Amino acid sequence: MKEILTGAQALIRALEHEHVEVMFGLPGGCILPAYDPLIESRIRHILVRHEQGAGHMAEGYAHVTGKPGVAMVTSGPAATNLVTPLCDAYMDSIPMVGITGQVPTAAIGTDAFQECDTVGITRSVTKHNELVMSPQDIPMVVRQAFHIATTGRPGPTLIDLPKDVLQNTMEWYWPGDDEVLDSLPGYRPNVKGHPKMIKEAARLILAAKQPVLYVGGGVLKARAADGLRELAELTQIPVVTTLMARGAFPDSHPLCLGMPGMHGTATAVTAMQKSDLLIALGSRFDDRVTGKIAAFAPDAKIIHVDIDPAEQGKVRRPDVPIVGDCRLVIEELIKVLKGMLQSGEKQADVGPWRSRVSGWREQFPLAYDQSEAGAALKPQFCLEKLRDGAPDGTIVVSGVGQHQMWASQYWRFEEPYTWVNSGGLGTMGFAVPAAIGAKVGRPDRTVWAVDGDGCFQMTAQELVTASLEKIPVKIGILNNSSLGMVRQWQEMFYDERYSEVNLSGTLPDFVKWAESMGCVGIRVEDPQEAEAAIDKANSINDRPVVVDFRVEETEKVFPMVPAGQSNDDLILHESQMARREFLK
Amino acid sequence: MSGNNPFGQDSQHHVLSVLVQNRPGVLARVSALFARRGYNIFSLAVAPTEHPDYSRITIVVDLASAPLEQMTKQLFKLVDVVRISELDPKHSVERELLMATVKVSPEQRGQVVELTNIFEGKILSVGTDALTISLDGSPSKIDDFMALLDQYGIVESQRTGRVALPKLDRTTKLRAVKTPKGGAR
Repeated sequence: MKEILTGAQALIRALEHEHVEVMFGLPGGCILPAYDPLIESRIRHILVRHEQGAGHMAEGYAHVTGKPGVAMVTSGPAATNLVTPLCDAYMDSIPMVGITGQVPTAAIGTDAFQECDTVGITRSVTKHNELVMSPQDIPMVVRQAFHIATTGRPGPTLIDLPKDVLQNTMEWYWPGDDEVLDSLPGYRPNVKGHPKMIKEAARLILAAKQPVLYVGGGVLKARAADGLRELAELTQIPVVTTLMARGAFPDSHPLCLGMPGMHGTATAVTAMQKSDLLIALGSRFDDRVTGKIAAFAPDAKIIHVDIDPAEQGKVRRPDVPIVGDCRLVIEELIKVLKGMLQSGEKQADVGPWRSRVSGWREQFPLAYDQSEAGAALKPQFCLEKLRDGAPDGTIVVSGVGQHQMWASQYWRFEEPYTWVNSGGLGTMGFAVPAAIGAKVGRPDRTVWAVDGDGCFQMTAQELVTASLEKIPVKIGILNNSSLGMVRQWQEMFYDERYSEVNLSGTLPDFVKWAESMGCVGIRVEDPQEAEAAIDKANSINDRPVVVDFRVEETEKVFPMVPAGQSNDDLILHESQMARREFLK
Repeated sequence: MSGNNPFGQDSQHHVLSVLVQNRPGVLARVSALFARRGYNIFSLAVAPTEHPDYSRITIVVDLASAPLEQMTKQLFKLVDVVRISELDPKHSVERELLMATVKVSPEQRGQVVELTNIFEGKILSVGTDALTISLDGSPSKIDDFMALLDQYGIVESQRTGRVALPKLDRTTKLRAVKTPKGGAR
C-alpha cells in the first residue's frame, strides 16, 4: 500500500535517504512546514544567526568531508542571503544543496510577502536549480539535486519549495539510480579519460626536460592525492599546489614547490614560467595563477586534465586535453607510464631541472622581518607559532585577504582536506562559519580559523551558534586594524593614498565580543605572549576560543605579482630583490 | 544589426541547433548563459519538436564574441541541454520567415505584388496605402527581398530568425531522441 506523506515529510525523508547527517539553517514563513517533521528526524539541524552563515557552514562541512553540505532557509531575504555561499561554492566546485522556501504556488508572481525569484536569482550561481510545483516531484528532485551536486564537477544545487507544495500530500516513492539517470538525459559527466590522449600525455611527460605538475582543487575533489604522489615520485616531477589544492601534496615532500600565483613562492612561480611542460591536474588557469596570460609559461606545452570539458581551452589551449576524473586519469597515466618504462622507453633527464629548481628554493625562501622590540607582532610570526603549536591533522580555515595568503604560505600542509578557504569568489567573512561547518564534519580534528579583523566583523555572530551548539572552533584574528590587502594595494599602486581602509584600532573589543558570545577571548600584543596564548587556546575544547593578535598594520604580502602583469615581474621581499636576476 | 544583412560584411555567424528538455525556464537558462558569458546572439528561435518532451532552440551566434567551442561546451553544461549540433551553413538547410508592411501608393501596388510573386511570397493584408507581405526562404533570399522592398519604404517588419537542420547526404545518420523517464521531469 502506498504511504501518503506531506511534501514536508517527503522532503525530510528524502534527505535522510540521501544520508544527510546534519543541515544548517534558519526557519521562516514559507519553509515552516519543513521544520515540523524535522523535530522527529535523526538529522541534526544547526540553527544559525544569519543565512549566509548556514551556506558557508555547509561549504566548510563539504570541504573537509567530501559529502554535500545542506543549508535550509526560507524565501525572499533568506534566499538572497544564501546567494553569496552558493556563488562561492560554484566558483570553488563545492558540493552543496540549498533548500529554500517559496511563497505558495498561487502567489508566485504577485510580489507576495517575502517573495523573490529565487531560481532566477540563483540560476547563474548554481550548477542546477529547480522550483518544485508538485509535492509528488519532491523525492525525484532531491535525488537529482544530490546527484548533480556530487558528480562530475561538483557544485551547488538549489531546491525551491513553495509552501503549499510542502503542505500538500503525495504518495511516497524513492526513485532508483536508473530512474534518476533517465530523468536527466542531458547530464552525463565523462569521468574516464580518453586512452589515446593519456598515451599522448605519457609521451610528452617522458620527453619533458623541465616539467611541472600544476595541481588544482580538482585533485582534491577527485580524491586523487595518493595517485598524484605516486605520479610525482615515479617521474620525479616537481609539484605546485594552487590555493585550492593546498594539502593535495605534502609541503614537506622534496618535490613540493608550494603555491604558485600572485602570492606564490618565487620557486613555484618561476618553475612554471620556465617549464617546458605543464601537467595541469584539476586546475583552471585562473588569472591569479597565470598573471598576464600572454606572458604565462611561454615555452610550456600543456597537458590539461579536467572533468569539465569547458575548462579545456578556456584560457590556454592545451596540447593534450583530457576530459575526465583526476583520480581515474592519474591512475591510468601511471599504468601507461610504467608500461612504457618497462618496455624500455627512457624518461628525459630531469636532474638538471631539479637542481635549478632547488637553487631557486634555497635562494628565495619565504621571508619577513621579525618585529623590533616593543613593536606590534608580525602576522607571519603569529602564523608560524600557530602552525608549530597546532596538533597534527589540524584543519585550517581562512577568510580572504592578506591573512589568507600568509596562512597558505606559512602553514605546512601535510595531508589533504586540512585547508578550507574561499578561493574563486574571495568571500570575506567565510572563515568563521566555514570553520564551524568543518568542525561539525570533523569533530575529531582541531579546527583553527585564521581570520582578519575585517572578515571577522562580517560573520562573527555565528560564534553564538558555535557556543550554543558546542562546536569548539578556534579563531585567530590577525588584527591589523585595517582592510590589509586593500591597504597594501593602495600603498603600492595608489601612491600611498589611503582611502577607506582603517577599521579602528580600538573598536570593537574583540575579547569582550568573544566573551559575550560564549567564547574564551585572549588578546596578544607582544611576541612573548604568543606561544602561551596559543597553548591555552589549544587546551580549551569545551567552547570556542578567539585570539586577537594585534599585528603590524604596514606588513605586506610577498612575493607578489601585480595584477595583470607577467609572472616574470615578481616583487620579492626587499632582502631578496637584489638577487632577483637569479630567477631569470 | 544594420541594413538588410544582419551579419555585416565580416561577421562570422554559426548556427547551433540545441535540443533541450521541454521544461519551464529552459529558455531563460540558455539566454542567461549567453548574457553571463558575453556571447552575442544574432537570432534565436525556439519551439517544441516532434517529441513533446523536447524543444529545439536554433541559435545564430556571433563567433567574433567568443570561440564556438567555448559556447557549445558552456551550453552543454546546462543540465537541460540534451544535444547540440553545430550547423555549418555549408552543410545545413536554413529557413527564415519574414513579415513586412510596405508603404505603397495605388500606382506602386502592382509593382510590389509582382515582386512578391517573383520571390514566391504571399500578400497577407491589403490597406489603402500599404501591403503586408510574408516570405519564407533562405536568409539571403530574405535579405535580397528586403533590399528591394526598401525603395518603397518598409513601415514594419519582423523576421523570425533562422531555423536550421543538417543537410541530408549519404553519410547522415539520423538519431531519434529517447523519451525521458522518471517522475519529475
